[in-house]
Order: sequence, then structure tokens, then C-alpha cells
Amino acid sequence: MGIVEAILLSVITAATPLVLAALGELVTERSGVLNLGVEGMMVMGAVCAFAATQITGSPYLGILAGIVCGAVFSQLFAFLTLTLVANQVATGLALTLLGLGVSGMLGEGFLGMQGIKLQPIAIPLLSDIPVIGPLLFRQDIIFYLSIALVAGVHWFLFKSRAGLKLRAVGDSHASAHALGVNVIRTRYLAVMFGGACAGLAGAQLSLVYTPQWVENMSAGRGWIALALVVFSSWRPWRLVAGGYLFGAVSISQLHAQAFGLGIPSQLLSSLPYLATIIVLILISHNRRTTLINTPASLGKPFVPDR
Amino acid sequence: MRIELEKRAKISTLFSILSPFIAFLLMIVFGGIMFALLGKNPVTALYSFFVEPLSEVWSLHELAIKAAPLILIAVGLSVCFRSNNWNIGAEGQFIMGAIAGSILPVVFYDWQSPLVLPLMMLMGMLGGALFAAIPAFLKAHMNTNEILTSLMLVYVAQLFLDWLVRGPWRNPGGMNFPETRTFAANAILPEMIASGRTHWGFAFAIIAAILVWFMMRYTLKGFEISVLGQSERAGRFAGFSSRRMIWFSMLLSGALAGLAGISEVSGAIQQLRPVISPGYGFTAIIVAFLGRLNPLGIIAAGLVLALTYLGGEAAQLSLGVSDKVTRVFQGLLLFFVLSCDTLIHYRIRLVWYRFTASDLDGSR
Amino acid sequence: MKKLLLALASTAAVIGFASAAAAQEKAKVCFVYVGSKTDGGWTQAHDIGRLELEKALGDKIETQFLESVPEGPDAERAIERLARSGCGLIFTTSFGFMDATIKIAQKFPDVKFEHATGYKTAPNVATYNSRFYEGRYIQGVIAAKMSEKGVAGYIASFPIPEVVMGINSFVIGARSINPDFKIKVVWANTWFDPGKEADAAKALVDQGVDILTQHTDTTAPMQVAAERGIKAFGQASDMIAAGPKTQLTAIVDTWGAYYIKRTQAFLDGKWETTSSWDGLKDGILTMAPYTNMPDDVKKLAEDTEAKIKSGELKPFTGPLKKQDGSEWLAAGASSDDGTLLGMNFYVEGVDDQLPK
Repeated sequence: MGIVEAILLSVITAATPLVLAALGELVTERSGVLNLGVEGMMVMGAVCAFAATQITGSPYLGILAGIVCGAVFSQLFAFLTLTLVANQVATGLALTLLGLGVSGMLGEGFLGMQGIKLQPIAIPLLSDIPVIGPLLFRQDIIFYLSIALVAGVHWFLFKSRAGLKLRAVGDSHASAHALGVNVIRTRYLAVMFGGACAGLAGAQLSLVYTPQWVENMSAGRGWIALALVVFSSWRPWRLVAGGYLFGAVSISQLHAQAFGLGIPSQLLSSLPYLATIIVLILISHNRRTTLINTPASLGKPFVPDR
Repeated sequence: MRIELEKRAKISTLFSILSPFIAFLLMIVFGGIMFALLGKNPVTALYSFFVEPLSEVWSLHELAIKAAPLILIAVGLSVCFRSNNWNIGAEGQFIMGAIAGSILPVVFYDWQSPLVLPLMMLMGMLGGALFAAIPAFLKAHMNTNEILTSLMLVYVAQLFLDWLVRGPWRNPGGMNFPETRTFAANAILPEMIASGRTHWGFAFAIIAAILVWFMMRYTLKGFEISVLGQSERAGRFAGFSSRRMIWFSMLLSGALAGLAGISEVSGAIQQLRPVISPGYGFTAIIVAFLGRLNPLGIIAAGLVLALTYLGGEAAQLSLGVSDKVTRVFQGLLLFFVLSCDTLIHYRIRLVWYRFTASDLDGSR
Repeated sequence: MKKLLLALASTAAVIGFASAAAAQEKAKVCFVYVGSKTDGGWTQAHDIGRLELEKALGDKIETQFLESVPEGPDAERAIERLARSGCGLIFTTSFGFMDATIKIAQKFPDVKFEHATGYKTAPNVATYNSRFYEGRYIQGVIAAKMSEKGVAGYIASFPIPEVVMGINSFVIGARSINPDFKIKVVWANTWFDPGKEADAAKALVDQGVDILTQHTDTTAPMQVAAERGIKAFGQASDMIAAGPKTQLTAIVDTWGAYYIKRTQAFLDGKWETTSSWDGLKDGILTMAPYTNMPDDVKKLAEDTEAKIKSGELKPFTGPLKKQDGSEWLAAGASSDDGTLLGMNFYVEGVDDQLPK
């Protein structure tokens, strides 16, 4: 295996949780809801996935548990912000606080346990293609899911009737309501999808990336995911580009260090953040395209008239 | 059962005062149950959280110290948020303010003058404002979303501080540990009252809150902020420029975060070290909204949040619970406070209803 | 619900007596932790020490702790809270608590303080530290024997003297066996982020190292090493469970011995300000069993350990050159502790540059 392939393999592992969590948040935000609790939902997914895997011995049940946990946990946020119209920004931050605390409590019994790593699945024929095969077709199911979900979400948002409704809710909830779309229900589901994706991202952390449970193991990745949604201008495929760009720069800087280039490690460590900013500047100069894709009702509460 | 909200004709003054108390009562009930389920004495727990930190003078001082940066940052953020500028990088502005303000006591440590302290504060504000100018410029002129830029710059600021204190600014007499020299006496923000270590940073926070409250309430600028925040179009008709508002709100909040940074460093830490904030810039976002984006409300919210930190420590000692439990408690308290604020704008009705055909096909 | 109300009512009565109950006979020994006590690394090692202390002297003392205390003003408050709550002896277990400890110690002259890994003392403040580098030297020796390529990877946290000292000691140990041995260093810029540590480990393995050692807290690098089929060293605790066929040995922090010793002195009224820097011979650090290596290497490792314990071998002994090739220690000369505690330069063989 060449060094480039090796780097790319690490990049895929590092980028997958970012893409997944960001994808969920993208759908949530497209419906007009800003949930800053991604970090909390992610860490809940990580602890549930790990615990379920330890108890049942099956990482696949673990994945399921991670998804369910993230989705259920997100409904707390949904109830507060959608039913009780509490402020979304503050509630999201409180959700993160709560998630870090609850996951720490739940995970206490699982600290120091040896994780069960989710094994890759080689896809017949495709996995034999040189270079691309080992990179893309000998991966674990969460990676395949992440790509399938991106494609699915793209199709859903731009090609399906339900997706159109969701975007309508995010762009103008009043008009959507007037047209007979159930705004609150749509948003509940969108938040739930966001939670499920964040939970799946968490499962990737504790089953693939580093098969173990430690407190706060998401270590700020939920925040990066939030930034990536903005980076993508709420478009799924751009999100993949952003996630992989961030992952690639993060991994490359470690290689640069191991190479002994003699550049301060702090400067190298800040490169992923700077790179994301610079690329965003380059792609967002066109005000009109950015505006078209930004959900106009983002963060605004909605209460149906009766 | 279903919960229905009905918008009140006008904001309920009664509930805007009452809602924090309702939240508090709910928290006592739920928190009590939570601690009872954990096998801890609920009364001791609640006493440690809410009463013990307020029962001693030294602890009140600690409360002020903890609340000061939160209030100062949140006041600036409230202007940003009201005008729809999503600065979530106050943490970075806090750090850059601390760094800029520390140039005098760290690099020009020989210079002894009564001017040092005021200059430090000014440079701190300048440092924070300049760092906030980056996302402001990018938003106003390059159309780049400020949520991403301001957040990413936080990490850059943290790493820059890390590099400074391990490299060029390292204390030559400090055994090569990552910290700058300790500030000289004339570079230390003095204590406000003799009874404890609350420094003038708390006064800055209160003054800033009152000034911004006055601005929002009585000046044209305040009106401009609200109008532009509610509708950019309406603002344009009134002759307000949203681009100027981006600059104004970001620079103001950056300056206040920077002031918080240098006050914290000069008043409480008295040197720079790799980490100078346990996430004040992020916690302040909660404080801003908990205070309903009203500077006076923010003072109260900052104190309440600081209280839960102190109370969490007291509970760790008196009950032997882990810090995780205190974080859950904090999260729940925030949930209750936030949801009770609903009562200010809405009447809540519980509706008992039966399924009808229209519920099944999802349209109503 | 009725039960709950009853419980509430009865506990309300109890609280009145709570303050009276606090004034009891047992001395209180308290700890301030920078992380969570279940972090699997630095703080957990201290907490294990605290539990050993309770076990040994539990009839005469009780212990209390505050965890996840951020450095800075929060630390000052936490330490003061403990001092006020009647703690007689307080251990502050992070370098960043140094100035806070000194400040509060001035306010509470009757309370004794012990600060880990710092250098400032006072009439009621002692410092303590562990010679982790002795273990690193042994690791270097093993690495040089076990590595086929003669290159080891080192995942470092932050460039503080403690970490630099460890890197140097590792290299000196390795070069005592193989004079051409080299290491590659990656700074993760974190103590605790499993993902980043794993990424750093992968980067090092991809660049051709065949032994990994770490100065960060999670077992993630050990897992990567196990997956890639190379050998690795554990840090802070015995990480054998994460790599049963991977771990060669680990440096295990065993603070308990020191805590018991000092608390006993405190109870006997013989507590004095000291700056203690204990090593392998005092049991403040121990080596996890030497595993996954041939018998001759194991023998060599055990001999090295014995020599360090007896004082026959001091890792920082000349002839040694600095990274730039200039002379540091002449043949036979050993470094003084002061230079080590403030160490800010590499010795020959390190493929990295320190921030100036």
C-alpha cells in the first residue's frame, strides 16, 4: 500500500463521522430548525452504540442503538423548540451540555472495556479494482451508509415531493402552512433525522474510528459538523467535499509533522480551520446562489394560527 | 394529549417576571426526583446547588468572578444576535483580546506607569474587535457566512495562544513551562472591595450591560438594530445599512469579548497560559438567550449560570456525585428556564383529542 | 409519590444535623483533579492512588475530591472550597494548579498543600513528581532491540519539559543499543482525543515506524498498533487489554505509595515542605509486565530496570550531544535535576524541532 493510499484511508475514517453528522443537521436546517446540539447527540450515539455492542456482542445492533439513541435524544430538543417554541440556539447548546453529562453517566460502566471493531465488508469484484478497490469498496457499513445517505438526501430534497415540502417549510413556514403542509410534524421528523444521523456518526466513533468508550470522545467534532453545513451552503454533495477537505488537511498535517518539516505544530494544526475558511470565501462570492440555498426561516419559531 | 399554544395579544408582564420562578419550582421537583433516584439526599443536593454558594461572603465573590466574563461577552453577543449576526466565535475574540492586552505586561514588562492598566484594557478591546473584524469583513464584503468563519477562528486563536506561551512569550524564569511571566503589580486589575477577590472586571460587565441597555432602549442605534434584525428590507427602507450593522455589531461584541479576556487574565489569572477560558465564549451564548437578549436580563442569567457552576462543586463535595451529574442538572435547569419563557408570549392549552381521519393522512 | 414526600420530609430534618456531623474526628485529605476521575489516564491514576490511600489509612482519614476543575480562577475557587471545608492536606494534581495552590496556601497557613509536577514551594506547600523518564529509557532499550527498521514513532501531547524529557530519555535508551536509532515525533496538541491520537498513530505507521510510543492519555494509539501488527508501549496505565499481542510494557503511574507516605507524615505531625522527585525505586512508577518480546530482550529490560533502581544507571549520563551536534554531557557526567525539570532541547537522534 502506497503512502497516498494510506493517507486517503485515514482521511475516509476521519471524514465519515463529520459528513454523517453534518448531513443530518443539513436536513434539520433545511426544515428551518437550527439545532446546535449535534455534539451532544453524537456523544449519546457513541455511548449507546458502544454499550449495546458490549451487551449483545454485535456491532450491528450497536449501530442501531446509536441511531435510536440519537433520534430519541433529539426529540427532547424538538419538544422544547417546536411544541414549546423555546429558543433554538440556547436549547441546542443546553442539549449538548446534557448529552455530555448523560453519556458520561451511562458510560461509566463501560470505561476501559475493549471495543469490538466493526469489520469491513468487501464488495465482490469492485473491491479488486486497484487503488480504488481497497479505498472505497473494502470499507465498513457505516461508510457505505454515509455515501448512500448523501445520495438519498440529495434525491429526497431536490427530486421528491416530500423533500419539496420540507424545503418549503424551511423557506417560508407561513406559506407552507397555508398550503396545507404540517409544519410542526415535518420539523419533528427533520430533527429526528438529524439526531439519527448524529447518533450514527457517534457509533462510527466508538465502533470504527477508535473502538472504545471514553467520555467526551466526540471531542468537538459536532461543532465542525455544524460549520460544514454552512460550508456546504445546505447542499449534500458539497458537504462531502467539505468533510473530506477538512479530513484531508487534518491528516496531512500529521504527516507533515512526522516528516519532520520543522514548522510549528500549532500552525499545522490550525490549517484545517484556515483551509475551510479560505475555500468557503472562494465559493461564496456569489451572493445570489448562497441566498437561494439558505433556508430563509432558519431558527425562526413557528406557531400555527388556529 | 396534545399541547397547543395560543399567542397572547401582548407580552405578558406577569409571566415575564414569574416564568423564572416557575422554572425554578419545576427544577426543584425534578432535580429532587433525580437525586432521589440516584440515591442521594435531594434536600442536601438542592441546598448545595442553590443556597450554599450564596451563604458565604467568599463564595459571593467567586460568583461575581465567574459571572463577569459571561455577562460581558453575552451583552456584546445580544447586540449581534438581535441584528441577526451570528457571531459564535466570542471565545476566539476573548483569547485574542487577552493576548493583545498582555503585550504590555509581557513584552514591555519594564514599563511602570499608571497608564499601563488603562492601555491594557484598551488594547484588549482592540484585539477582540480586530479579531471579530475578520468575520465581519468576510460577511460584509465577501458574502461569507459568519457562523463558520467565527467558529473556525476560535481554534486558530487557541492554537496561536498555545504557540505564544510555549514559544516567544514563555517566561524566561519559568523552567520552560508554558506560561508567560506573571504580571507586575501595576498590570493587575485591582480588587473592587476589600472583603474578597472580585476584581473590576465585574464592574465592567455591569457598566457595559447598563450602557448597552440604554443604547437599545433609548437611542436611534438601538432602533436600527431591532429593525434590521427583524427585517433587512424594512431596515433598508428606513435608510439603515445592513452592511454597516454587520461591522457595528461584530466590532462591539468583539471588543466586549476582548475586554472580558484581558480583565480575566489581568484580574484573575495574572499571566497568560495555554488555556485561559473554560469555554466562556460558548457558555455566554446560552447566557445571552437565557437573558432574553436583554442586557439587564443577561446580568441575572449570568449570575444564575455561575451559581450552577459553584453549586455543582458544592454538590460534588457534599454528595459525592460526579461532575457528570452536575452537568445533567445544569442542562435540565436550562431546559426548564427556556421552556417556561414560552408563557410570556403564549397561553398553553392541553388538548385531549381523538384520532380523526385527517390525522392519518397527515394533512390538517 | 407519597414515599417521595416522606423521604423529602425526613431528609429535611437530617440537613439540620449535617453541619454538626461534619465536625468529626477523622482528618480530611482532599484532591483536586484536572480531568474526570474515570478518564483512563492521568487523573484516574491519581484517583487510584487516592483509593489506595483510603484503603491503607481509612480508619484515620477520609478523602474528598473535586474533578474536572479547569485551570485558572476556577482552580483557585475549588482549592479554597476544599480548604474551607476542613481539609487538612490537599493534593493538587495538575501543573496548571501551581499558582492557584500557592495563593490559597498563603490564605490558609494551617492547611498543608502538595502540588504535583510544579516547582514553586512555600512553608505549607510541597511539590512531588515522578521520574517517568526512567521508564522511557527502558522503553527505548526495548524499542531498539525490537525494531527492525530502527525507527520509532512518538505521539506527544504538548512541548513541556516533562514530555521533552521523555522523548530524550527514550532516544538515549534506544541509542545505547543501536547508535543509529531514530524517532519521529507527532504533536497531537491534545492530551485526550482518541480520534486525533489514532490519526497520529496511523500517520506514523504509514511513514514506516514499526514501534509506537505515546505521551497522550487514551488507548487509541495502542489499538492502531494492534491493528497494524506492530508493537507499542502503554502510557499512564497498563494498556495490555487494548493490545494483548501488542504491548511490550507500559509506564504505570502509581501515586498511591507517595500519598500514603505523605499522609502518614501529616498524621504524625512530621509533615515538612519537600520537593520530592521519586523514581522506579520508590514505586511511584512501575513497569507493566514485559510481554510480547523474546526472553533475551525481556532479560535486558529487567536488568536495565534493576540497574536504574540501584542507581547504577542514570539515563541522562554522558557522553551525550544535543540535537545540533554540540556537546551536552561529557563521558560519565550526569545531568542535574534542574536542567531536566526545565528541559527544552532535544538530544541527537530526534527527527523534530522544538518551538523556540
